[in-house]
Amino acid sequence: MTDVNTAIKNEIDSQDVVVFMKGTPQFPMCGFSGQVVQILNYLGVPFKGVNVLDDMAVREGIKAYSNWPTIPQIYVKGEFVGGCDIAREMFQSGELQQFLSEKGVPVKTAA
Amino acid sequence: MPMDAREIESMIREALPDARVEIKDLAGDGDHYAATVISSAFKGKTRVAQHQMVYGALQGRMGGVLHALALTTGVPQD
Repeated sequence: MTDVNTAIKNEIDSQDVVVFMKGTPQFPMCGFSGQVVQILNYLGVPFKGVNVLDDMAVREGIKAYSNWPTIPQIYVKGEFVGGCDIAREMFQSGELQQFLSEKGVPVKTAA
Repeated sequence: MPMDAREIESMIREALPDARVEIKDLAGDGDHYAATVISSAFKGKTRVAQHQMVYGALQGRMGGVLHALALTTGVPQD
């Protein structure tokens, strides 16, 4: 394992839900990253945002790590769940809420 | 360098010959697309794996010359 892979793995394991994104959860720098933040915020899910724009090695490394060519990327308990399209599709069908609950991540149910 | 919708479609078809491919140019700028790909090759595969197959068909263009391709995949219903 190279250093960047170790760094990525440490990030992924640092919290239950980790999002590799462009920008920060407060200031997403890309519409796709922003959508993922919105979904997770809506569900009240605490997550860590890793800003790939801060580190070129992580930005490229994460794509190889997951064999996934785009950012954002969502990891739950170390497992790659998908990018923006998959998150949106799962959210709209209610699957994301179910998946997070099954993984032991508390989700705010719609009031 | 944006990609032409027909080029995207033909690359996907080459890898997944039975695929039904629908591509929408979202912004009319040749750079922001939405694609729906329906193929029996996706049967039994996770969403992540299905999307990886489409990205594979695009041979590295996704995330490179092709910045924005909102992707929806599925298997034929019948």
